[in-house]
Amino acid sequence: MSALLDVQDLHAYYGKSHILHGVNFHINAGEIVSLLGRNGVGRSTTIKAIMGDVPPVGVVRFAGRDIAGMKPHQIARLGLGYVPENRDVFPSLTVRQNLLLGQKSARQAGRWSMQDMFRIFPRLEERADTPAGVMSGGEQQMLTICRTLMGDPDLVMIDEPTEGLAPMMVELVGNLLAEIASRGVAILLVEQKLTIALKISHRLYVMGHGRIVFEGSVADFNANASVRQEWLEV
Amino acid sequence: MLELVTFSTLNGVLYGMLLFMMASGLTLIFSMMGVLNFAHASFYMIGAYFGFEISRHIGFWPGFIIAPLLVGVVGALIERYGLRRVHRYGHVAELLFTFGLAFVIEELVSMIWGKAPVDYRPPPSLDFVAFSLFGTTYPAYRIFMLATAVAMFVFLILVLRRTRVGLIIQAALTHPDMVAMLGHNVPRVFMMVFGVGAGLAGLAGVIAGPALVTQPSMAALLGPILFVVIVVGGLGSLGGAFVASLLIGLIQTFAVAINVSLADVIGPTAAGIFGELGRAPLAQIAPVLPYLLLVLVLILRPTGLFGTRES
Repeated sequence: MSALLDVQDLHAYYGKSHILHGVNFHINAGEIVSLLGRNGVGRSTTIKAIMGDVPPVGVVRFAGRDIAGMKPHQIARLGLGYVPENRDVFPSLTVRQNLLLGQKSARQAGRWSMQDMFRIFPRLEERADTPAGVMSGGEQQMLTICRTLMGDPDLVMIDEPTEGLAPMMVELVGNLLAEIASRGVAILLVEQKLTIALKISHRLYVMGHGRIVFEGSVADFNANASVRQEWLEV
Repeated sequence: MLELVTFSTLNGVLYGMLLFMMASGLTLIFSMMGVLNFAHASFYMIGAYFGFEISRHIGFWPGFIIAPLLVGVVGALIERYGLRRVHRYGHVAELLFTFGLAFVIEELVSMIWGKAPVDYRPPPSLDFVAFSLFGTTYPAYRIFMLATAVAMFVFLILVLRRTRVGLIIQAALTHPDMVAMLGHNVPRVFMMVFGVGAGLAGLAGVIAGPALVTQPSMAALLGPILFVVIVVGGLGSLGGAFVASLLIGLIQTFAVAINVSLADVIGPTAAGIFGELGRAPLAQIAPVLPYLLLVLVLILRPTGLFGTRES
């Protein structure tokens, strides 16, 4: 079976600086995969290059199609969802409007409805008509994930969802990720901390200096203390 | 006095609404694409000329409908095949592109229709006196202009607030990349906004042409005032553009109508302090007032009255 997302020898540049030096990895349908690494090793750049937000050089195949060079909106329409690390909510629009914008068209019946979102995170329903910009960081994080789900992706790439969140919110985000996976949606989780990643991932990749430096299961990772020491611990 | 206030208010609001028809598109285009479109007033001019040309052949009313649509199509094509290609070379290149475009359009218009003003008139059906007050009359055509501008304003607000496209536009004003990554065709939205913005400027030209003067310099005369409007209102703020349009419309109209000089207000010492300027009537100083406001706003409140973005 071929992978849902297949990335081969991916390079990316910001101006003249070479950020990604040949990244190779894949994600199968319905799989939860974590991409770990310290700040600045190119994890966020990797997903931005996959989304076409940073020009990718190399092979990026999604659902059997070569997507390198396509426009971000075309890539999103193929079923790739992206949740940015800076929680890009549309601050002046209401929570409901933010969720509506997650849908790719007005008549879209996907895996997720607005009611699902309200059930998963009731706070969104309570605040449905308030501007998203006034919500707390954790609430905005939940909203960004839910907004992307409204577009019914087959794979969601989530950049540092627990960054700066209180332990209770981290747990909520973890539960949401589990719910996403239970509906057969694949997840690429980009994290620096291991809290959620080790609990839910099927496989892990560790990045260092713009390359993949470790690949394996959670058990492999736990058995290999030197990886953690060399590439993750600060 | 009451007569002066009534007519100046009417004319000021009318002029302000005309400014807003152009400033709204300009400020939307700026917040989305980050480019100040120097050629925006040129769309106003070609609107007037298209309206004139069509009215010569098949009458004013077909021109009123067709000319703005044509200008909108021209604007969309310019965005699609001009601006979008220049975009990859950065904002300076885009700015220079629109700057050059304004001159190209002005020269083309002079070549086709000549340098002298053309005879673009209100239609006979609107060529009557709407009302008279204290012996001064007010033409029906001006009321029609005002009604058109207000209708356009209501339409714009409804589209932005009540439709899905409006929602996408509002989100793309601040976060175009995120909107694209949710699967919305942002380049197409840009083209559409540019086209509709050009079309609205064209509509302003069609209705203003017969009342003012339709000539090749009309874009260059109006362009700078538009920049004043969107800077004073706050770059990227539609509400700000609306308030600033009315403000500048009223200031200019009242300044022209009120014949006082500094010497009249603060006495003969004015001449000592301000020299010749102290004796100049306000009407004479009127043209400089918007620019004075621009400079003051930039010094005291660089984000404009309602702007949130530093620029």
